[in-house]
Amino acid sequence: MSARRIFARPARLAAVAPYLWMVLFFLVPFGFVLKISLSQTAIAQPPYTPVFDVTEGRQALTAALAQLSFDNFKLLVSDDLYILSYLRSLTVAVTSTLILLLIGYPIAYGMARLPQRWQGIAMMLVIVPFWTSFLIRIYAWINILQHDGLLNQILLTLHIVSAPVVWLSTDSAMYLGIVYSYLPFMILPLYATLSRMDASVLEAASDLGASPRQAFWLVTFPLSLPGVAAGALLCFIPIVGEFVIPDLLAGSNSLMIGQTLWLEFFTNKDWPVASAAAVALLLLLVPPLVLYDRLQRRQLEGGR
Amino acid sequence: MAVGRITRFNMTSLALGLAFLYLPIVILIIYSFNASRLVNVWGGWSLRWYHEFFGDRAMLDAAWMSLSVGAVSATLATLLGTLAAIGLARGERFRGRALFSGMLYSPLVMPEVISGLSLLLLFVALNAERGFWTVTIAHTTLTMCFVTVVVQSRLTSLDRSLEEAAMDLGCDPLRAFLLVTLPQIVTAIVAGWMLAFILSLDDVVIASFTTGPGSATLPIRIYSEVRLGVKPEINAICTLVIGLIAVIIVIASFASKLSSTRGESAAPF
Repeated sequence: MSARRIFARPARLAAVAPYLWMVLFFLVPFGFVLKISLSQTAIAQPPYTPVFDVTEGRQALTAALAQLSFDNFKLLVSDDLYILSYLRSLTVAVTSTLILLLIGYPIAYGMARLPQRWQGIAMMLVIVPFWTSFLIRIYAWINILQHDGLLNQILLTLHIVSAPVVWLSTDSAMYLGIVYSYLPFMILPLYATLSRMDASVLEAASDLGASPRQAFWLVTFPLSLPGVAAGALLCFIPIVGEFVIPDLLAGSNSLMIGQTLWLEFFTNKDWPVASAAAVALLLLLVPPLVLYDRLQRRQLEGGR
Repeated sequence: MAVGRITRFNMTSLALGLAFLYLPIVILIIYSFNASRLVNVWGGWSLRWYHEFFGDRAMLDAAWMSLSVGAVSATLATLLGTLAAIGLARGERFRGRALFSGMLYSPLVMPEVISGLSLLLLFVALNAERGFWTVTIAHTTLTMCFVTVVVQSRLTSLDRSLEEAAMDLGCDPLRAFLLVTLPQIVTAIVAGWMLAFILSLDDVVIASFTTGPGSATLPIRIYSEVRLGVKPEINAICTLVIGLIAVIIVIASFASKLSSTRGESAAPF
C-alpha cells in the first residue's frame, strides 16, 4: 500500500503536461466559442466585434463587455432554419442509433457465441473498418450508389427495376452511410459485455425451465444493458453533430445542425452565429456526454 | 459466454454483417484498377490512375502534408497521451482528476465541427499563422485522448504487485516504472501511435477549420473532389491509403496482440 502511494506522486507529476495541454487546447477554446457567440458579425479581420484587447486598459474592456448580447441565440430560436436543423439532427441521431442497435446486437451476439479462438479473429474483422479511413468508406458507397453505379446495374440486370433508381442525395443513402460508418462503434461495446457474461447464469435459467427465447429476454438482454448504453452513446453523440455523411449522401433540402454550422462559418462567414449554433449543440449534448464520461470511467478504472 | 450451439441465425447475422462492412471497400479497390475513364464501365485492368496520381503535383503535396502532420501529431499525442494515462492509472486520487478525465474522454465522441470551430477561434485569438502547425496541434489534441484510453486500459489490467515488488527491493519509482511497467505497456504505446496516425490521416472536418490557404491535407483534397463526383483517380488514391493503413494494422496487431486485450474498453480501440 505504501509503495502505491510513493508511486502515485511522480505519476501525478507526469499528468501535468497533458493536463495543461488539454486546458489550453480543449477547455479554453470553448471560452472563445462562448464569447464569440455573444458578439456581432463585422466585416473585418477577425470578422466579429467586439475584439478584446487587454492592452487598452480596463475602460475599453468594460465597454467591449457591454457590447456582448444574446442576439445570436435569439436568432437561433426565432429562425425556422435553425430549429428545423436541430430537430432533424435529433431525429437522424435517434433513428440511426435504433437501426444500429437492431443490426449491431445480432452481430455482437453471434460473435460472443463463437468458439473462443474465433472470437479474436471476428473482433479483428470488425475493428479493421473502424481503422480504415471513414471518408474513403463513404466514397466507396458513392461509387456504388450513383446513377450508373453497381447497385443500379445489378437491379437493372435482374429486372427488379426498369429504370435507374436515384439513390444519392436521399435520406436512405444518408442512413446507410451513417449505419455503415458507426457499426463498429455499436458492435464492440455490445460484444465486450456479451462475451464477459457468465455462462452459468444461462445454464441456471435453462435448468429452471426457461426456453432459450425466455432465457435471452429475461437474462441475457437485461445483463447486456450497460453495453447497449455504451454503444448507443458512442453512436448518438457524434451523429448529432455529423457533417460529412449528410453533406455527401443526403439531399440539400434539409440540413443537420453540423451542416448549418459549417454553412454559416465557411459560406456566410458569420462566425458569431456559427459559434452560437455550436454552443446550443453542446448544451444539447451535455447530458449524454456526462453519462458517457461516467461509463467510460467505470470501464477504465475497474468497476468503481 | 461461448456456451450452447451456434445457431444458423448467429452465423447468418455475422456473415451478413461482415459482408456489409467489407464489400464496398473491395469494390472500390477493384475499380481503381479499371482502365476505363467511365467509372462504372469495366475496361480491363490497368495502373493508369495510379500514374495519374503520381503526376498530380497538388495531390502529392496534400499527401505529403497529411503524412507529415500525421507523423508529428501522432508522436506528440503518444507522448502526452501516455503521460496522461500514467497519471490516471497510477496517480490515485488527486485534485482536478474528474476534470482531467472528462477533458480526455469527451473528445472521443465530441462532434468534430465543435472541436474544429473552437480550436480555430483560439488560433485566431492568438493570432497564430494557420497551416502545418495549427493542424498538427489540433490533431494532437484529438488523438492523444485515444492514446490515453488505449494505454490506460493496458495499465489498469496490469498486475501492480510487480511494480510494488520492484520498489520493495529498492527501486525508486522512476526506475520501477522504466524497468517494470514500461516494458509491459510498450505494445499499447505503439498501437496508440498507429491509431493516432491513422485518425490524423482520416480527418477532414477539424483540418478544414484549422488549416490555412495553400496547405490542404489529403482528406481535404479528396473531399472537395468527391463533392464534384466520382473520379477514377480518387479510387486509386483511396486504394493507396487503404494499403498504407492495412500495413499499419498488420504491424499494430502483431505488436499488441489486439485480439486478446481489446474487449476491455467501452470504445472500439
